[in-house]
Amino acid sequence: MYYGEAVVKDKEYKIGIAQHKTCKPPDKLVTLGLGSCVGVVLLDKVSGIGGMIHIMLPDSTHFSKAINPSKYADTGIPLLLQEVLKMGAKRNNLHAKIAGGAQMFKSQSGSSLLNIGERNTEKTHEVLHSLGIRITGEDTGGTVGRTMILDCSLKKVFVRTVGSSPKEI
Amino acid sequence: MGKWDKLQAIHLDVLKEIGNIGAGNAATSLSQMIGKKIDMEVPQAAVSDLNQLVQLFGDEEEVVICISLEVTGDTPSNVFFILKEQSALQLVDRLMGLLPGTYKEFDETAQSALQEVGNILTGSILNAMSLMTNLNMQPSVPAFAHDMLGAVLSAALLERGYFDDKALIIETRFYDEDVVIDGYFFMLPQVDSLGKIFNSVGVSL
Repeated sequence: MYYGEAVVKDKEYKIGIAQHKTCKPPDKLVTLGLGSCVGVVLLDKVSGIGGMIHIMLPDSTHFSKAINPSKYADTGIPLLLQEVLKMGAKRNNLHAKIAGGAQMFKSQSGSSLLNIGERNTEKTHEVLHSLGIRITGEDTGGTVGRTMILDCSLKKVFVRTVGSSPKEI
Repeated sequence: MGKWDKLQAIHLDVLKEIGNIGAGNAATSLSQMIGKKIDMEVPQAAVSDLNQLVQLFGDEEEVVICISLEVTGDTPSNVFFILKEQSALQLVDRLMGLLPGTYKEFDETAQSALQEVGNILTGSILNAMSLMTNLNMQPSVPAFAHDMLGAVLSAALLERGYFDDKALIIETRFYDEDVVIDGYFFMLPQVDSLGKIFNSVGVSL
């Protein structure tokens, strides 16, 4: 009996909050419901090897006990880069796509809400810039939640919001 | 997170009991507001992380509304209510005395109405808890969000400055007799508040 590659269904892996994962064709990575969090995809545009991280906060140095590196932009993105390179991605072929960083809650004045989404987006830009990785697609800010999908076969990244179909970024 | 390690079954029981009294009071307030009986499940108290919290509901992309408040005073905490979109719309219809199905979206009026529900419910919960513990608890102005559960839930914590991986969560579900209105109430005491809460009821941490 022969099971060709075509029989194997593409796998879709879910990335939770403050988690990250690498993947290669034909698999997909998806992170559901990014609010003020930021999703970052690093993708080798030639081989389709890539990875995704769901960041919660900008800067680990503000915390005395920063145990999980995937939670912060400053530690999570370099970690993802390292793992994507280990998977066989070529650094020169890598580019980044980012989504999320919204402000979900609104309130009358008098309520102290942090704009953590904006800070997450800014820090993500800063970290990617310092790593020399170009951002080729972005859907950030505003007041909407987003789902981010990386399709390694298509080498494309899609963003979905409530009541709209996925669009490529 | 080491700081939650000291919590034992007795502590969680105390929090459940405090939650029960608060939630009972809130159920009564909500019943009076909409003229319909509201039931509450026995509250749960547990230390869990954000991903587990989302899984309590099942689907990260389910569209919900959330009212979030901050509690200041002796025991800083975060409080929020989550209702499925359809439940929230039905609740607005009832509050406004309109036929079910009238409201189809959350305009300014609907948002204010839901924020007011958040105010009244939080107020009645905190009143009951204050009476029991003799601690001072003041709710902030409520904030409103309407989007995917995962996005709303994480932002409810992050935008209020709650940055821990894990949180101690006191949680209960409330619903009316035909389960048209079905929602959750969450309270997350900050870690520094716990000692004061337990002291006030004579349990040491």
